[in-house]
Amino acid sequence: MAHITLPDESLPGIVGLFNFRPETASSLRWLADTLLRGESPLTSGERELIAAYVSHLNDCTFCHMSHASAAMAHLSCDLEQIADIRNGFQEIPVTPKLRALHRIAAKVQKSGKEVSAEDVAAARAEGAIDREIHDTVLIAASFCMFNRYVDGLGTWAPQENEDYRAMGQRMAFQGYIHAVTQAAE
Amino acid sequence: MPHIPLPEHLPGITGLLEYNKETAAPIRELTQFLLRGESTLTPGERELIATIVSHNNACKFCTAAHTAAADLLIGNTETCEIMKQDIDAAPVSDKMKALLKIAKQVQVLGKAVTKEAIADAKSHGATDIEIHDTVLIAALFCLYNRYVDGMATVAPSNPEFYQGLGQRLVDNGYNRLANGYDHLKHQQQQQQQ
Repeated sequence: MAHITLPDESLPGIVGLFNFRPETASSLRWLADTLLRGESPLTSGERELIAAYVSHLNDCTFCHMSHASAAMAHLSCDLEQIADIRNGFQEIPVTPKLRALHRIAAKVQKSGKEVSAEDVAAARAEGAIDREIHDTVLIAASFCMFNRYVDGLGTWAPQENEDYRAMGQRMAFQGYIHAVTQAAE
Repeated sequence: MPHIPLPEHLPGITGLLEYNKETAAPIRELTQFLLRGESTLTPGERELIATIVSHNNACKFCTAAHTAAADLLIGNTETCEIMKQDIDAAPVSDKMKALLKIAKQVQVLGKAVTKEAIADAKSHGATDIEIHDTVLIAALFCLYNRYVDGMATVAPSNPEFYQGLGQRLVDNGYNRLANGYDHLKHQQQQQQQ
């Protein structure tokens, strides 16, 4: 059970919190939509992989599974491949540039100060441009917020890949502004 | 030097929020509501939450800026300084002490928040909304601190800069200034002359 009394305890993760506090939900949904589906040189699939990866590093099951499912939807991958995000991307096709950006994201997860000039130079050497470096850092930082919000209030999370299939597809193709509302139905 | 080119007259978070206004808009809206919107916690108390998290993330720019804002709103400089050393010794209410301890746990990780810390806050009268907002403010500053330091933005070393910024946060809050930030460029040029 969550640390605070939610109006509908059946709603998992951030969905239950959005329902509890609509005043902050609208900004958070707008932010997620802009970060993951707005204009960026990175594809939505690539950005969802960063979100899912950072959420895994923060040990946040709900965010990891839901964003992994959204990434699989964008990349037309099977849900079974979600485990590969936790296993260092051996199977999911990841460009050398995205791999370098993942290393920056993993540093951000620990602390902003961990990101070194060498990490950034390595991403640039693989073709990353300013905006891709910016978006990677901001997505990673944002999931350090979302993950703490979801787990810091003790929300619950479904455990199976299949539980996240429909949610991931809505997140990927309808977005965060409307899709999360529907997840509450 | 920042990892990407950013305007020199806008150090710290300010340059980043101008670099990409699309992502800045929801972040600004969320911050304005959480720190300045209607709440049973005062703006000064909410700035203390921002300060303790930024301090524990060792983010120089955010710590100095929110310390300056909290000092102005609370009316003294001791509260922040004592809080950073020892929450229990800070001249704040018992409820606020309990909420600051929750914020400190959130800084570590979401799962680091204990049932005991929540029960302690509730026993001192904290409402569910206050606990919710404390966790979300603390989480939001884990975003800001990583954004600011992860992009290696500049943190000015002169205390006057943060006095000015703290005053701006008290006077204008977190919304983007209607006329942007070009006036700061002129100020900087004048100072350099």
